[in-house]
Amino acid sequence: MRWFWIDRFNEFVRGKQATAVKNVSLAEEHLHDHFPGAALMPNSLVVEGMAQTAGLLVADALEFNRRVVLAKVAKAEFEYDAVPGDSILFRATILELKPTGSLASVESVIVNEKGKERPQGKAELFFAHLEPGEGVPKLFEPEELLKWLDHMHIYDIGRDEAGNPLSRPDW
Amino acid sequence: MPFPVKKSITRLSLEDGRDYNLRWRTSFPILRKGVMSMPSRDEIFEKVQSALVDALGVDDDEVTPEATMVGDLGAESIDFLDIVFRLEKAFGIKIPRSELFPEDVLSSTEFVVDGKLNDAGIAALKERMPFVDLAKFEANPSVQNFPNILTVEDMVRYVQTKIAD
Repeated sequence: MRWFWIDRFNEFVRGKQATAVKNVSLAEEHLHDHFPGAALMPNSLVVEGMAQTAGLLVADALEFNRRVVLAKVAKAEFEYDAVPGDSILFRATILELKPTGSLASVESVIVNEKGKERPQGKAELFFAHLEPGEGVPKLFEPEELLKWLDHMHIYDIGRDEAGNPLSRPDW
Repeated sequence: MPFPVKKSITRLSLEDGRDYNLRWRTSFPILRKGVMSMPSRDEIFEKVQSALVDALGVDDDEVTPEATMVGDLGAESIDFLDIVFRLEKAFGIKIPRSELFPEDVLSSTEFVVDGKLNDAGIAALKERMPFVDLAKFEANPSVQNFPNILTVEDMVRYVQTKIAD
């Protein structure tokens, strides 16, 4: 089992920016008892959703040749809590991308029932890019990762900077 | 007959009444650029300070010139990667890892005996990191102490040497 904190991508521009959606549901067990009497999504998990959005964007830009790990939450601020029924949009932008690490900023925005967007939080995330064997275990089996990327619709909606569709890797 | 002197145009008046002093407009950015290319020590300090505030989540009054990066400001190894990113961006410089982290010197059997740097090791460090004040470290050159010697002022001096290059 893996902890998926995004449901799908709505926008994915290789090496630049991406928008992912997370639909918060009361079917998620951790919401039941985490804050007894108040079902809300802890912001630590919102950060994880932000990190998955930006992390996949970075890992794709590095052609999945590095192990991209969230090394540091440089900044995180939240305005209010996400509750069941909310759709969270995670908007990630790569600020810096270097061989050894990357810096991304991510905004979380909640869309209400009228379709109006309201900022929920923002964070600056720093990722370290590790070579295989540099102290972290293998994070994914290739087939498993590809399955995840398919669930996320990356190769349905993903584009490169010039606007060409991304080709699905042949692992 | 005198040779006609070509007068350069220094003013431009437009029909709508706008008036431009061209000499000022063209020379000013050049002057400005000349000044900007050599920022003062205080300007460098301010930018280093703001990079450290952002990267380490500390207050700006904590980032004094004497503060040590690891001991006082709590920088961990991953923070240095972040700081390097921010300094490269703020100053438009390239910071090779080995210049701030002389791991090869600190792990060399030639330079380290019983966990302490020998004279040759100290000399190698001085050559590699001329911007660092090694006086305190020399009193007890244990490799373990090394992470604690780098101060904010050392970082400022380092940036100064990089900009001068």
